[in-house]
Amino acid sequence: MRYALLMHYREPGAGEISEEAIEQAKEAFGAYGRALESAGVLLSADVLQPSAATTTVTCREGGLRVQDGPFAETKEGLAGIFVLDVPDLDAAIGWAEKCPGAQWGFIEVRPTATAFVDGAWTR
Amino acid sequence: MDTLTSGGDRREAGPGEGEPGPAARSAGVAARDSYGRLLALLAASTSDLAAAEDALADAFERALRTWPSQGVPGSPDAWLLTVARNRRRDEWKSARTQRTAPLDEADRDQLAQHIDQIDVDAIPDRRLELMLVCAHPAIERAVRTPLMLNTVLGFTAEQVGRAFSVPTATMATRLVRAKKRIKAAGIPFQIPDRADLPARMNSVLEAVYGAYVIDWATGPQARQLPSEALHLAEVLTTLVPGDPEARGLAALIELSAARAPARTDADGRFVPLADQDPSRWNADLISRAHEHLRAAHARGQLGRFQLEAAIQAVHCSRNHGARNHGARNHGARNHGARGSDGTTDWPALLALHRVLHAVAPSLGSGVALAAVTAEVDGPAAGLATLDALLAEAGEPARRFQPAKATRAHLLDRLGRKEEAVAAYESAISLTHDTAERQYLEHRRDRLSRQDQREG
Repeated sequence: MRYALLMHYREPGAGEISEEAIEQAKEAFGAYGRALESAGVLLSADVLQPSAATTTVTCREGGLRVQDGPFAETKEGLAGIFVLDVPDLDAAIGWAEKCPGAQWGFIEVRPTATAFVDGAWTR
Repeated sequence: MDTLTSGGDRREAGPGEGEPGPAARSAGVAARDSYGRLLALLAASTSDLAAAEDALADAFERALRTWPSQGVPGSPDAWLLTVARNRRRDEWKSARTQRTAPLDEADRDQLAQHIDQIDVDAIPDRRLELMLVCAHPAIERAVRTPLMLNTVLGFTAEQVGRAFSVPTATMATRLVRAKKRIKAAGIPFQIPDRADLPARMNSVLEAVYGAYVIDWATGPQARQLPSEALHLAEVLTTLVPGDPEARGLAALIELSAARAPARTDADGRFVPLADQDPSRWNADLISRAHEHLRAAHARGQLGRFQLEAAIQAVHCSRNHGARNHGARNHGARNHGARGSDGTTDWPALLALHRVLHAVAPSLGSGVALAAVTAEVDGPAAGLATLDALLAEAGEPARRFQPAKATRAHLLDRLGRKEEAVAAYESAISLTHDTAERQYLEHRRDRLSRQDQREG
């Protein structure tokens, strides 16, 4: 089954986190990515830019509307997305637990309903 | 989902309402065991409980129609599986032509294939996996016990709803939602690895304990599913015979169930422990409980359920000796356990309650500790323990009925009549058990009358 691990945490202010802590986090994410890859479960891994870099697009109200900023202004924001292919929820929870972001935020574990693979929506 | 409606022989099995015969009863128990076994087996490959229930429904309807009169077949599971297999094959064949959703059909095919692969002569028991799924951390705590009763024992949404005082439709919705979640989230039917197992087993034990708690909370008259907690606990001990806490939980439930017949008198009135007639206790259940406790203690791993069971065992110990009727004349002081010579082993109880409250502190364990402290060190010491606990617990303790009832008894014994009457009244307003309410009302009225005489 494919699961998205959605990493949420509060965006730190500029200079709030020391260089040293940032280095440590980078190392932790590096090790995490390598572990996912060597286990053969990783489909994609992206850590997102701060929400200040976000643009939101909709055509729901007729024409195109482009808006700066995220879809929802929240204290805890979406900060990263890992898509894994693992047998079941317990395995997904196991990987979520090891995600460095779990140390300071929340990991939402969500099974994907369907995915576009090799030219077709499959599951 | 009403697969076991006619299995509701238990429903009608209330006192004086025509007990089912032994044949029907053993057919009912066999059917419940088979139900959980087969459901676990059928759902294990896909985590799809709803589809597995569909596959079993017809077979069980037929079993509950024919087994009570024709006898339980030698291999009930093989019988059921064969019936289920044949019926489903026919239905799927005709349904396939009408069905439009290809994904659903793929699921059905997967399950049909899976059923075909099961060897009916060597059916594995996957009920522990099923119980672990029901008590999975991704399942809302409040629905874990209902889900277990529904899937492991096959009680209908109506029966489970009644036990929890919830309308059938509400309970059915909760169960359906939980089952959808199990499938959609991909909760696996598997034994977790060593690191996760203790916590996960603990959730299973908690969920079984939840069935035991509704037993008592709804009171002897309101109980619809007389032995469901007992049955769940027994199933669990057969699945994990080496788990001392599973044994402890089974013993705890058995010791409580053993006293159930003596808990109300001929008029349906609540009888406190001290006044119960031990000859009305179920000796078989008590000895089974002791077997579990011996097996548990041999493991040398103390735990909450073993301690609670040990406490119940002390309470039941007067079963083995002559009853000291004279002791009752000393009044409320003597409610509770007596040793084989008719005396109470309060120091032993106090020691057990202290360890229990340290191992698994809860409002219940604290209130019990206060009550036993009162027996050993006097009502003033008991009240001090209780009030300290209540102050610490804050808001949640305000609606905790046993705390109010215990406080009322202690104030009563200290001669603080006005406060005792007020405490009895709040205990009365919080109880859900008619028999216990009547008992508390009796105590309150006796105090009020004394007051009037003295005033």
